[in-house]
Amino acid sequence: MLRISTTKAVATLAVILVGLMLAVPSFFTAEQRTGFIKSLPSWFPTWIVPTRAIVLGLDLQGGSQIVLEVDRNDLMRSMVQSLREDVRNALREAGVQTAGGIQLTPRGVQLRLTDEAAKAKALPKLQALSQPITDAVLGQTGARTLDVKDDPGGTIQLTITDAGFNSRTRRAVTQAIEVIRRRIDLVGTTEPSIQQQGADRIQVQLPGLQDPQRVEELLKGTAKLEFRMLADSSAGDVDLLPSKDANGQKVPVERRVMADGADLTDAQPGFDQKSNEPIVNFKFNLRGAQRFGQATSENVGRAMAIVLDNEVVSAPRILQPITGGQGQISGRFTVQQANDLSVLLRAGALPAKLTIIERRTVGPGLGRDSIEAGKHATIVATILVVVLMFAAYGVFGLFANIALLVHVGLILGLMSVLEATMTLPGIAGIVLTIGTAVDSNVLIYERVREEVRAGRSIPSALQAGFDRAFATIVDSNSTMAIAAVILFFMGSGPVKGFAVVFILGILTTVITAVTLTRMMIALWYQRLRPKTLPI
Amino acid sequence: MRLLRLWPDESHFDFMRLRRLSFPLSAFISVATVVLFLQIGLNFGIDFKGGTLVELRPKPGVTSDVGTVRHTANSFGFGETEVQEFGQGSISVRFPLQAGGETGQTLVMQKAHEAFDKDYAFDRVETVGPRVSGELVQSGTIGVVLSVLAVLLYLWFRFERELALGAIVGTLHDIVITVGLFVITRIEFNMTSIAAILTIVGYSLNETVVVFDRTRELMRRYKTMPTEELLNLSINSTMSRTVMTAMSTALSLLALVLFGGEAIKGFSVVMLAGVVICTYSAIFVSTPFLIYIGLQAGGRAQARDTSSLKQAAE
Repeated sequence: MLRISTTKAVATLAVILVGLMLAVPSFFTAEQRTGFIKSLPSWFPTWIVPTRAIVLGLDLQGGSQIVLEVDRNDLMRSMVQSLREDVRNALREAGVQTAGGIQLTPRGVQLRLTDEAAKAKALPKLQALSQPITDAVLGQTGARTLDVKDDPGGTIQLTITDAGFNSRTRRAVTQAIEVIRRRIDLVGTTEPSIQQQGADRIQVQLPGLQDPQRVEELLKGTAKLEFRMLADSSAGDVDLLPSKDANGQKVPVERRVMADGADLTDAQPGFDQKSNEPIVNFKFNLRGAQRFGQATSENVGRAMAIVLDNEVVSAPRILQPITGGQGQISGRFTVQQANDLSVLLRAGALPAKLTIIERRTVGPGLGRDSIEAGKHATIVATILVVVLMFAAYGVFGLFANIALLVHVGLILGLMSVLEATMTLPGIAGIVLTIGTAVDSNVLIYERVREEVRAGRSIPSALQAGFDRAFATIVDSNSTMAIAAVILFFMGSGPVKGFAVVFILGILTTVITAVTLTRMMIALWYQRLRPKTLPI
Repeated sequence: MRLLRLWPDESHFDFMRLRRLSFPLSAFISVATVVLFLQIGLNFGIDFKGGTLVELRPKPGVTSDVGTVRHTANSFGFGETEVQEFGQGSISVRFPLQAGGETGQTLVMQKAHEAFDKDYAFDRVETVGPRVSGELVQSGTIGVVLSVLAVLLYLWFRFERELALGAIVGTLHDIVITVGLFVITRIEFNMTSIAAILTIVGYSLNETVVVFDRTRELMRRYKTMPTEELLNLSINSTMSRTVMTAMSTALSLLALVLFGGEAIKGFSVVMLAGVVICTYSAIFVSTPFLIYIGLQAGGRAQARDTSSLKQAAE
């Protein structure tokens, strides 16, 4: 009746053994683990030793999480501006003039050409600016980046399409993740996790960081560096930009960019030889060096504006052509600022401004406290449930208790191997699982009691108990699992951690509470052949 | 050795009759909850309201002083702050969401650091912007609704339609009362609270499903038994398991309340209450509800059909 096939028994025990082995590393520190592996004799196959410990969430080990969002307005502005440049170039190639320049609209540009002949020449060039969108997943979608409209009234309108904007946003997020990674790597923080979240968000997790504000500063600036000429008057193609030299007052700067940060190969903090002020030394690549050399030789005697994120950091006068491809940026920096600026320049510019929309920082002390509290709660809960089960079901309770301990071990083992993150709610999940895990055993045992009362023989009561309770166990665990799976998909951060533990807990119950206890009871019955059931 | 019996082996308690008490009681509490919810509302945490939360722990040698912290925090002029002491001398300060987007929130943090860095360590700093909090509310609500729907579907396939309906009524009842608990106790409602509610959804269904499983079984065995008697039998015969499981779950949650630390205390308390609510509703709400939706007509007719088919096959 209670016979279990040898294959099934071996398979179950193997699964349990492997699961428990996987949980072992989590009870030791990293040093102890590496120490243990070193202490093994050289012939021992080390790959067999599990080394992965459970990953602790930021709420348990301390650290910060920052969620940044690509500023869509800023991205649109920069798209519109570069579209204007493209249109200007296209018109120049076509050799036509506009009547009254190129006007910016919220989502594109518009212009008016002098006559129909000019229009005939310019239109194909303008239409060529619109690119078909290739999607990594869908391939060619048929959508285009620009909508070129030729009004009968004589105006030509170029509008950035939704598809074009979305594809640009996607690229911007990917680019931004790269830049953020480089910036954080340059500051040398340990193991950051940088992930895309949704369509336009980036989640940055920094474990154990002491100064999250500094990282925030590093992430926020786009670090768009441009070299332009200071203009003589505010007429013509001129932008008015705030100047650090003039205490934030606006100064006219020519719109044409002579060289920009994209051509930098290196940037290092340093000190000015004369004033001993902190500065940033930079090096251009070949293209940048040529452009910079040409521009400086054409403009000797004039002031060049060094523009960082649309602010004039400094405007040194060009004393002689700078052809070596090297230069320096001064701007009343502190040592830290010069340091950070060089990091930003080396890492490259962000494609658009990023806004911090969520930040969570947990001090390492609080994390340690939480782990301690979690451990205490787990131990106390285990003791309470173990005692209750033993008091209610005697030796059967003992079997259930063994299954319970194996169950908790399996959750930890599975979490280690799946690299699931343990969070504070996750610990709560484990404690809750301890309470509910015995439910399957309770269902079985109560059923066995009933069957015994109904006058069945011991083996058939046991058999019936397991068989009849099984359907109920499946139904009750399935409903819980459905709720847990939805919790996993809808929840964020720590709540996800709770859901993971809960799902794993439900899965392992079936192995431990049903199969393992059944094996123990079968073995016990075959050995002792009791006349009455002690239940 | 005498084993512990939390519930007598043979019980013939008339649970169904108590519905005349439990139904008005549950209805009253549910209506009261809705009224309170609309009148007072939930004590939303910054997850859902946006804003900045700072948790301060006095540095060694410093005695924490809530009064001074409250005074200082209010003097910043960031609107109404909530200052609370918790645990051993730790103080939490909540600032409302500031206008001016990102810079507004950053300013709050800077001020807080300037004012409290000297005496306190910053255990936790959280800032949630307005859009994020809106989305969290949305996804939380969708999550609860989806899980109820998904389970309804599951039960529909696994059980008769009446049983599925009964289970859902019980679950909704439990959700409503749990929310009421949040309204009355003023326990902060945040992302973890959503987790608590979804877990209660799971537990509530678990309780109901165990009883209904037995109902379904008995329905096939005693084809002519009156519904009320049948339901009473279902509950009485599963009662010892119900009490035992509720007990073990409650004990482990009690451990969590007492030793789990401040950060999840709200969660643990609500879950503990949830176990009581779910156990109550399985016995006194969802099961007696079956009497009203005619288990007799639908489910048992079906049961009779399948059993006669079986007989024919044999």
